[in-house]
Formats: sequence, structure tokens, C-alpha cells
Amino acid sequence: MSHQWGMVIDLDRCTGCEACVVACHAENNISTVGEDQAARGRAKHWIRVERYYEGEFPDVKVKFMPVLCQQCDAAPCEPVCPTYASHHTTEGLNSQIYNRCIGTRYCANACPYNVRFFNFYNPAWDKPLHLQLNPDVSVRTVGVMEKCTFCLQRIKAGEIQAEAEKREVKDGEIQPACVQSCPTRAMVFGDLNDPQSEVSRMARSNRGTKLLGELGTLPKVTYLQRDSWNDSKDA
Amino acid sequence: MTPKTPEQINEALLRPLAGVSARYLIVLACFLAVVIAGFTAFGWQIYHGIGVAGIRRPVFWGFYITNFVFWIGLSHAGTLISAILRLANATWRRPVTRCAEVITVFALSIGAMFPIVHLGRAWLFFWLVPYPSERGIWPNIRSPLLWDFFAISTYLLGSGTFLLLPILPDLALVRDRATGLRKKIYTVLAIGWRGTPRQWHRLETAMRIMAIAVIPVAVSVHSIVSWDFAMAPVPMWHSTIFAPYFVAGAIFSGIAALIIAMACLRKFLHLEEYLLPMHFENLGKLLLVMSLLWAYFVFAERLTSWYGNEPSEMAVFWLTQTGRYSPLFWTMVTCNFLIPFPLLAIKKLRTITGTVIASVGVVIGMWLERFLIIVPALSHKYLPYSWGTYRPTWVEITITAATFAAMAMLYMLFSKFIPIISVWELKWGQHEEPERDPVLLRKDEEATA
Repeated sequence: MSHQWGMVIDLDRCTGCEACVVACHAENNISTVGEDQAARGRAKHWIRVERYYEGEFPDVKVKFMPVLCQQCDAAPCEPVCPTYASHHTTEGLNSQIYNRCIGTRYCANACPYNVRFFNFYNPAWDKPLHLQLNPDVSVRTVGVMEKCTFCLQRIKAGEIQAEAEKREVKDGEIQPACVQSCPTRAMVFGDLNDPQSEVSRMARSNRGTKLLGELGTLPKVTYLQRDSWNDSKDA
Repeated sequence: MTPKTPEQINEALLRPLAGVSARYLIVLACFLAVVIAGFTAFGWQIYHGIGVAGIRRPVFWGFYITNFVFWIGLSHAGTLISAILRLANATWRRPVTRCAEVITVFALSIGAMFPIVHLGRAWLFFWLVPYPSERGIWPNIRSPLLWDFFAISTYLLGSGTFLLLPILPDLALVRDRATGLRKKIYTVLAIGWRGTPRQWHRLETAMRIMAIAVIPVAVSVHSIVSWDFAMAPVPMWHSTIFAPYFVAGAIFSGIAALIIAMACLRKFLHLEEYLLPMHFENLGKLLLVMSLLWAYFVFAERLTSWYGNEPSEMAVFWLTQTGRYSPLFWTMVTCNFLIPFPLLAIKKLRTITGTVIASVGVVIGMWLERFLIIVPALSHKYLPYSWGTYRPTWVEITITAATFAAMAMLYMLFSKFIPIISVWELKWGQHEEPERDPVLLRKDEEATA
């Protein structure tokens, strides 16, 4: 049976440390654009930690929410792409095929989560940073859209390894960079087609919600969050 | 209108083709300079990357798509109005149809360039075209951008044919009166038009077919342009009202553009006896109807959103009503309704000057409308954390200015090479309806030659 990769993010565990953001940049060859361009909204962070504040100062509660591509099963970005650059794989991922992209940016407009990033210029790395590029990940050129891939290169590597050893991929064997780097283990990645996998079990939690699930995008990322309604039911 | 002799008509309408003045050349050079500046800006963008434009996350579409929708909308002037007036057999249409159809073809050509201009990798635009390629895939027919491709190319072909068909007899007329190189060129252009009854009959039939065929095409084009937005789950975009709203807005801006173009032609080509106050009055009434229709659509759209009170939609709603974009919104309402309404509703004010002022307002207002549909919605999508703003750069502003200059330049050039008012149709108009016989008209022609 084919895999359906999914993720669970426990917001009650997230401390907002942004290790996932750094790890993602390093793993996926995401170029930085500099202060000036970042101020113009050209920064690229395939995963970001959104901060929301509740209450009045000094009695403020901060909420952190890591947001990455939700790998929707009914992804609004896919049908609008005229060149099939935004494409659904058999393993349920929204892949972005850089070579096909001509930069209409329609997908980014259609995406309700704003998790698609555009290369406004050709990427550049200050020396010696160009030496640390990940050879498993292609570098994107100007005019091309890019986004979180759930670290497709790691998924593929894991699958190939398992196939070579003539076995199934083990639960937890494949970890995207963000999941691997999370110090509080707020993120869990795995196969949603396996009902016994950790991610499947956690996704069924009564703390689970889908981000903007009301839009019918069928996201494959589940956010776990305590809420008083479910708390009282548990009690 | 006192009937004019064919000689008078020939004299007045073929005069612009005779030569150019120094003033004409200077004005043309100015427009050309702006067009060249626009192409330079585009070259700059290709060289440095699309980042030299002001678009950003999350406002990935800005001035370029605004211009795209605006110019495609403007193109609804001609063909649609001309086709409807032809089918309705409105006899006052005769001097109006061609200047309207020319607007269509040029505005459409300008508008159709923007899907290419706005691309991140503009040099790969042909990947939108369905052709068997080594890439092994066809374009995605589910994408509204591909519908755009088909709709616009169909409309361009259709409106081009619709413009060129009734030009043939006039090209032949110019050919018959020209000498030397001019004669050779117009002989080729007139593709053997001799004015035989058979040719006239075929022209009439072709025009009738085209007039009917082009109306659904025109309606479909702007519906599809509206679906570029309505198909995406973006607050205030995802709405069923968009297609009719866009079509109405397109005709609205189209009529306004036509009135402005006619006023310029009347003044600069001295066509006072042909483009009469009556034409402006009639088009002014049409503009009034469209202004009311536009206001009705805006009201209906706004009321439904406001009453529905959906949080993500309300964020965009208040952004345009009272927030950052409210000055633009209320300018739009002023330009599209508050100014044109009294000017066009009060008979005394519905003069040439009155309708032109109203039309300038409408053109500005409709450009703003396109901007206000695109940018505020994108800047305030669902997650407040990634809200953003948009500011155009000099590249986008230059290219926008170049489109207006290009329109003026193409129009000026066209009016120097082809009679901007249909000579033969005007001659037909001098006769009573029963006498509209091609054979008789041919005799008229022979008498003048």
C-alpha cells in the first residue's frame, strides 16, 4: 500500500524556538534575501513560526504556531497551475516541479496558508556558505515558485533504503528536517495510511484541528491544541 | 443630418490619409518615447528578475494583472457595442462602429501582453500554449489561465476579422484613388475587392455571422478573466457575482474609451460633421445605463459580503471601505458613479464635453476597480500573520504608462492608414433603408471614380 505522508504539530509543546526554521533553511537550500528584500516581503521560509498574542500587556499570553505547507489533499494551488508545476503525487504530497514553473504565481494567490514562496531574484550565497548546499536538493532560479516538500529527498532516501533492505519503511524512520530538529518533539511525521503509526494515532486525538479546515482543503497536517470544550469532555 | 454626396464623404474621410503634419509627428514621437520606455522597463525586469516589480508575498499580483483586466475590459467597447448596434440596425451607428472595433483589437493586444509581462520566467510563456513538446505534458486545462489563453486568442481572431471585413471596400476605395507605391500596398491589402454584387452579398453575410458570433465570445472572455479570481479561494474573490460584474464593468469602461476616442477623432481629424453631438448623446445614455448597472453590482456585492459577515471577507471589506485602500475605493465610486451620473442623466449636461468628462472619470474609476479587486484581497488573506501591503515600483508604473501611450500611438497610426470612419457604410446611410442595395451603391462608387 502506498504511503500518505502526514504530520502532527502539538502546539501545546511548541516553544517558538524556531529551530525548525533554521533546519529547514539548511536542509532545503533556501536562500536568504537580505534585510532590504525581507522588508519588502521577499523572505522565504518554508516553515515559519506564527506568533499570536492574547490579552493586554503585561498580562500577555503568546501562542506559537509553526505553519508549513499543509500538503492538502484538495489543494487550491494545484488546479490553477497552467503548467502542472504544482502537482499531486501518488504519496499525497503537493510537489512543486521547479522546471515546469513559469512563475504565474497563481498558486501562491490561491493558497490560503501563504506557504508558497517566490524567487524574485536568482538566489545567492555569501562565501563560504555556498559550500554547505545540500547536494540532494535542487537550487531554484529566478521566477520560480518553491515551497515545503516534507523533505522529499529524505522520504525518497528512506524508501530506497527500505527497498534495498527488502522491508517496509519503519515508523519514525523518515524525519523531515523540522521534525528532526524540534527540541520539544512538538512535531511528528509519518504515514497516515498506517493506522498504527504515531502520526495516525496522534492525528486522531480529540485535541486535533486542521488549520482553515473549513475551506475544505483537506490538509495533511493536524494541529493539536488543548481547548476547554474537549478538556471538560475528557474529565 | 443633411445627406452628403459621395464626393463630400470621400473628401472628408480620406483626408487624414493624405499626409501628416509636424504636430502629428511630434505627438507620435512623444507616445513612441513612452512606449520605448515601457519596453526598456520590461527588458530591465527580464535582466534583473521580476523582483524589480513591487509585487511581494502575499500580494503576488499587482499592477500587471490590473492592467491585464483593465485592457481586456476596455476591449469590450468595440466589438460588443458595434455588434449589438449592427444587429439592432441602429442607423446612427455607422460612423461609430469602426473606431469602436479598432479599440477592441488594440486594447486586446495590449491586455494580452500582460500575462506574459507578469511571468516570473517570461521567456517560457509558450509553455502555456498547447503543442506536442519534448516536455511530454499538455498545459493544465483545469487552470483558468489556460481558459484565458483560449478565450483571448479566440476573441482576438474574432474581433480582428470583425474589424477587417468591413474595411475591405474602403481599402479598395483607397486603392482606386491612389498611385505608385501606395496603390501597390493597398492593392495587396484589399485582397481583390472589386465590389461585385456577389462580393457585397458575401460581405453582408459574413458580417451578420460575425456580429452574432462575436457577442458570446466577448461575454465569455471577460467572464473567464473574472474566473481567474473567482475560482481561487481568496476572500472577496470567491464569488458567483464576478462574471456578470466583470462583463458589465468591461462594457462600461469600453463605452467610456469609445467616447474619448471619438472626441479626439472629431477634434483632430475635423470630423465635426460626421461624429455628431447625437452620437455622444446616444453613447452617453448607454454609459449612464452601465454606470447604474455598475453601481448596482457593487452594492449587491458589498451588501452580501457585509450581511454574511464572514470574518476573512470582512477583513478585506473594511480594508477597502474604511481602511488603507478606502481613499482609492471612494475615488472609484466618485469616478464611476457620482460624477458620471449627473453628467449623463441631466439632458443639458449630456453634451460632448459632459460625456467626455464622465468617460475620463469612468476610465480612471474602472482601472481603480480592477486594482481594488486584486490587491486588497491578496494583502489580507486568511492568516493575519502574513498580511502585507503592496506598492508599485517605477518599472510597473512605466509599463502601465506605456500601455496608454501604445494605445494612443496605435490609434493615431491606424487613422492615418485606414479611414477611421467606414466610408461605404456612411454612404449607405445617406440613402433611405429600401435603397440599401449593393448594386446601386456600386453605381454610386462608379459615378465618383
